[in-house]
Amino acid sequence: MTPASASASSSPLHLAVALEGTGWHPASWRAEQARPRELFTARYWADLVAEAERGLLDFVTFEDGLGPQSSDPYAPDGRTDQVRGRLDAVLVAARVAPLTRHIGLVPTAVVTHTEPFHLSKAIATLDYAATGRAGLRVRISARPDEAAHFGRRTVPELGSVVRGSRGDPAQQAAVDELFEEAADYVEVVRRLWDSWEDDAEIRDAATGRFIDRHKLHYIDFQGRHFSVKGPSITPRPPQGQPVVTALAHGDAGYRLQARQTDVAYVTPQDAAEARDVVARIRGEQEAAGRAAEPLHVFGDLTVFLDEEPGAATDRRARLDALDGSPYRGDARVFAGSAVQLADLLQELRSAGLSGFRLRPAVLGHDLPAITRSLVPELQRRGVFRRAYEADTLRGLLGLARPLSRYAAQRGGRRGEQHTSGASSAAGAGAGAGAGAGASGRDATA
Amino acid sequence: MSKPLKQVHLAAHFPGVNNTTVWSDPEAGSHIEFESFAHFARTAERAKFDFLFLAEGLRLREHGGAIYDLDVVGRPDTFTVLAALAAVTDRLGLTGTINSTFNEPYEVARQFASLDHLSGGRSAWNVVTSWDAFTGENFRRGGFLPQEERYSRAEEFLSTANELFDSWRGDEIVADQAAGVFLRDAKAGSFVHTGQHFDIHGQFNVPRPPQGRPVIFQAGDSEEGREFAASDADAIFSRYASLEEGRAFTADVKRRLPKYGREPGELLILPAATFVLGDTDEEARELAREVRRQQVSGATAIRHLEFVWNRDLSAYDPDGPLPDIDPLLGEHRVARGRAQVRMYRDPLATAREWRERAAANGWSIRDLVIETGNRQSFVGSPATVARTMEEFVQADAADGFILVPHITPGGLDAFADKVVPLLQERGVHRTEYEGPTLRDHLGLAHPDGARVGGTGRRTAS
Repeated sequence: MTPASASASSSPLHLAVALEGTGWHPASWRAEQARPRELFTARYWADLVAEAERGLLDFVTFEDGLGPQSSDPYAPDGRTDQVRGRLDAVLVAARVAPLTRHIGLVPTAVVTHTEPFHLSKAIATLDYAATGRAGLRVRISARPDEAAHFGRRTVPELGSVVRGSRGDPAQQAAVDELFEEAADYVEVVRRLWDSWEDDAEIRDAATGRFIDRHKLHYIDFQGRHFSVKGPSITPRPPQGQPVVTALAHGDAGYRLQARQTDVAYVTPQDAAEARDVVARIRGEQEAAGRAAEPLHVFGDLTVFLDEEPGAATDRRARLDALDGSPYRGDARVFAGSAVQLADLLQELRSAGLSGFRLRPAVLGHDLPAITRSLVPELQRRGVFRRAYEADTLRGLLGLARPLSRYAAQRGGRRGEQHTSGASSAAGAGAGAGAGAGASGRDATA
Repeated sequence: MSKPLKQVHLAAHFPGVNNTTVWSDPEAGSHIEFESFAHFARTAERAKFDFLFLAEGLRLREHGGAIYDLDVVGRPDTFTVLAALAAVTDRLGLTGTINSTFNEPYEVARQFASLDHLSGGRSAWNVVTSWDAFTGENFRRGGFLPQEERYSRAEEFLSTANELFDSWRGDEIVADQAAGVFLRDAKAGSFVHTGQHFDIHGQFNVPRPPQGRPVIFQAGDSEEGREFAASDADAIFSRYASLEEGRAFTADVKRRLPKYGREPGELLILPAATFVLGDTDEEARELAREVRRQQVSGATAIRHLEFVWNRDLSAYDPDGPLPDIDPLLGEHRVARGRAQVRMYRDPLATAREWRERAAANGWSIRDLVIETGNRQSFVGSPATVARTMEEFVQADAADGFILVPHITPGGLDAFADKVVPLLQERGVHRTEYEGPTLRDHLGLAHPDGARVGGTGRRTAS
């Protein structure tokens, strides 16, 4: 049963937590439970992920970006009263991988200025280090200052179009183009993961061959922004395809989610909006010919959790006062008890969401509240696991392990004579977004 | 005693993707599962090694238009596996080879600064260059770099990365919760770099790492490579593991240091070294012969000959005589993605010499490749190997060795168990780590902030 078709009452509810600095409220670092001096140590991140794993969560995400954090989404703000500076998210995830056993690890990576070849092998390697628990959250960068850190291209001033509001058509086109490029990027990352078939390593002493090179494949991707030859230098990762995720607030992002991800994060304010967003993503899925593919849609919520009535709201007000202005952010902000949050999650789930990515307002306070109050409440209601039921992230999300697209093609061609060194299978690379690598050819071609 | 005893620095190179690594041995394990890397790293740390070393190659090798399948194929992403290894070790340095052609300084500096934070100051960067369009086919920018610009880009890449590391002094984060001051300086991380290869500006977003900068390794052997090492590197990964060559190389490189205002101890010479141990020297020599036969199968011997002949020799019997046809001259067509084809500068002369030697000794093709291929650097009983290694170091042929075992992942175990205790008894290898960082292990100073905003490259005086 795919998440798309699962009925709300019978399917399990999936829970992830988004790790960001000391928490999602910009004044979170000033809370008593925050550990702001430890942000750049491995122990800090290991403790957070251990807490999330204690709560049997599906996965954690790690935020990242290629410039300083800012209250202005399109430029540095020069503020010194909020957390600034962060570690590379893929490396933080790798650092905690050997210390955990069940929880999925999903680092954020910017795909606008980076190389798909490098990212593909990095996530494959994370999947090896985490023995099948790696994922990836892709994001675009529309900040001109981040483009200047690379100096390879300029990004137009974008105003607020990334947020989904309608602005200047030229700006909208520029953002759409970044999302199109992101879709190509993920296509390359995914083809590279498939570029080694699972049984490519043969160690055949009789012939002296370490690999069967017919099971390694050039990906021959050619798009408008880049072309990549392949195969990967890293063998196919344990999950075959690590879990790909993205956050979106508008149609260009929903299209990327529908075409290329396994988990889509969205930010509806209520059940009606959730229903609308899910419908739009499903529509894009159909348009992309992926209607039958499982695609989770997770709601993002920022949470202040306290048991005593009014305590969470008071805490929110105190942090807002410390920061100097009320925190809004892109996702709905919830402040209340675990019972109230469980009610809200069930309501939103009935609108078509299959899970949630919770953003703790203060990690030191709200993450343990999620694992020790919310999770037991959801377990009492029979909608959340009582033990980890799978060893891989795909397994936790109910996603099957896919066969390499190239192995599937070979299977489809079986019966045809396949000779070493034949060049008949050679062809031009598939264009951008052409789906499942229709023209991958043998390494010997 | 005329001078104090030099310490032998030891490092462990994870077995690589060439025929030195024997994958057909029953003891050989996975080259990609994390547990292999963890075992290897734990062994090195148990033996109080300075660091673990990872090589890198960004395109699978090809031979005759097909992916080369006789050696180990496949390796992990360097940064990611090193960050994971930081979780299973406490003191061991973590050295990664990272290409300066197919990366950007902002991203690589973030990755090394992050690795250094996450390992508590144990990161090192082996800066390599590349120019071939073959590898470039895997990247956005393709093979855009003319060969002559390799080192100028590498130098500017490194100096730009140093500017990024230095863009934080290290005292900016105060995190005063009561006063509401996280940063004492709004400009922390600000940088501007304008140069031939990079024109970038903005704010670096990783605070200064524990070591200030990662330790820098250089591996090339050209004139430019040696000069680059003398000006910018903390250590050289060299290939001269014989006594005389090692002494000459060490003397040459260290002679270049004064013009950059550097002392001899500020640049370590660490050649790659292979080894075979036996209970006796004779047993070790016998084992070494067996290992060389394992490393060169009949198929490998034919391919190796094709590096020189530059033509298809698959019709020849590896157990028969050498081809009487001559090598094809000109552009190399057979092997792609390897450095060693450039070593044979005069293929006709090499072919002639090999034919003569084979005829004189009655060697087959396979015998010839085994006999002319690389011999193991150190062969003998543990006592012999410990003594020889120490002699090399005391004779200034090296400051230590980067050991390349031929078996993954257990190939270092016997060395750790049998040779290291002897080196410790001789007083030339530590029994406990002196400090937490790789700079401590290597005896290198912590870079101060004095060069903040500088070019990174030391000025020749």
